[in-house]
Amino acid sequence: MKKLINAPENVVKEALAGMAIAHADLIDVHFDPDYIVRKGAPHNKVGVISGGGSGHEPMHGGFVGYGMLDAACPGAVFTSPVPDQMLAATKAVNGGKGVLHIVKNYTGDVMNFEMAAELAAAEGIEVASVVTNDDVAVENSTWTAGRRGVGVTVLLEKIVGAAAEAGADLATCKAIAERVNANGRSMGMALTPCTVPQAGKPGFELAEDEMEVGIGIHGEPGRRREKIAPARDIAEMLASPILDDLPFKSGDAVLAFVNGMGGTPLIELYLMYNELARILKDRNITIARSLVGSYITSLEMAGVSFTLLRLDDEMVKLWDAPVHTPALRWGM
Amino acid sequence: MQITADHVTSFLQLVAERVKEQREYLTRLDAAIGDADHGVNLDRGFSTVMSKLPTATDRSISGLLKLTGMTLISTVGGASGPLYGTAFLRAGTAIGDRATIGAEELIAALSAALEGIQTRGKATRGEKTMIDAIAPAVDALKEQYAASGDLLAAMRAAVAACEQGMIATEPMLATKGRASYLGERSIGHRDPGAASAFLMAQAMLATLERAAQG
Repeated sequence: MKKLINAPENVVKEALAGMAIAHADLIDVHFDPDYIVRKGAPHNKVGVISGGGSGHEPMHGGFVGYGMLDAACPGAVFTSPVPDQMLAATKAVNGGKGVLHIVKNYTGDVMNFEMAAELAAAEGIEVASVVTNDDVAVENSTWTAGRRGVGVTVLLEKIVGAAAEAGADLATCKAIAERVNANGRSMGMALTPCTVPQAGKPGFELAEDEMEVGIGIHGEPGRRREKIAPARDIAEMLASPILDDLPFKSGDAVLAFVNGMGGTPLIELYLMYNELARILKDRNITIARSLVGSYITSLEMAGVSFTLLRLDDEMVKLWDAPVHTPALRWGM
Repeated sequence: MQITADHVTSFLQLVAERVKEQREYLTRLDAAIGDADHGVNLDRGFSTVMSKLPTATDRSISGLLKLTGMTLISTVGGASGPLYGTAFLRAGTAIGDRATIGAEELIAALSAALEGIQTRGKATRGEKTMIDAIAPAVDALKEQYAASGDLLAAMRAAVAACEQGMIATEPMLATKGRASYLGERSIGHRDPGAASAFLMAQAMLATLERAAQG
């Protein structure tokens, strides 16, 4: 294992400390329990929080700030945070208008957020939750813990964050969040595995000519292993299941999100975006908005995920609204 | 045989030691079908339990079990934190304010722990989870104790059933937890949660054997 670290067990705390100094104008970092909170919290609006294992940076801590999240709870690498963190963050951002928990559908995240929501409710805070589950690589929920929450989570945090900033109440924020989740689909693939610092070894091994298709975001193996192929074939492999699942139809307007898994150069992401744009054009689907970059990652994994979100006018307006966080900033 | 708070402390120490020893093994099992953190997370949780024990104010059996449960919930994360945490909390609640417990109370506490895991995890047998090791163990404990009235013999049967249950997860197709995302590729691997449950069952038997020797 070759990493820029001091000691595996200190990675998360030391990274949080760095983040706190780098973005002191936008966020405060609270330790024990660990959470990142927007400067000046609580604000006079619905609080929006998320959380999950570390190793997906910039998600979620990088999305704390004006127009997006009020707080983020980072767990150990690839490990769900614990209820103490979500409870403390919920209290810190509760401005009296309730708090929305954005939870990715993983067994651990769901359980820990559930426990935190119960504890917060017991203290008289109104909490609503939305669980994202956009990964089409997981085929059904009869035989699995249900589809994983992946790329849509980033888009949802931006869109719902804008709604909360504009004064939407808790029920409206939850409804918008559910609409975004219902209209978004994702799929990812890996060229290389990644190594959890405390494990010291990669989560799986891939030969030089192999790729893993249908991966999640935790360095876990995917649905199947295949021989490496040209980018246009890989793009088709990811886009087709997404398009067929919703399904996206001729005439739809979408937000196209091409996401790097952490170790993918931007040049390859743009090359893949070009392939995705061609596929969508062939199906007469309009790209109304786009996002290209590494926003929901798996440490140093090389690979890419596609997320498509079918847009309506309100979503476009909320997407375009100003945002100012460590990782996303426009309009201000 | 009466089980005291000191026995519970010994049990917790033994679990903490075994988890630390088997950290790499548990993590390796988790790397195959999960996310390679089970051993690391449990070790962090039980190490924290060990550091809190000396200053625990409520040193009753239920007090120690509840402290353990709360600490696991607060430090382990993932799915195993809430699951094992809930198990210890429920066991503590079932025991209540008894200063010592006998076989019946132990069986009731373990049944409550299992029920807590099933409720929190919304899982049942045959889904390749820790329940596949714990449920047969609790069954065997109840049956053998009802038949023989010998707690130690019943606990030996329970540990054997737990081990069989753990091994039986290997050919199973995972339908709950993170391993379920692998579909058929989850087949052929032992469930890490079943393996850590077996470590705890072994520690419980070892504690009872020592207690019986006085």
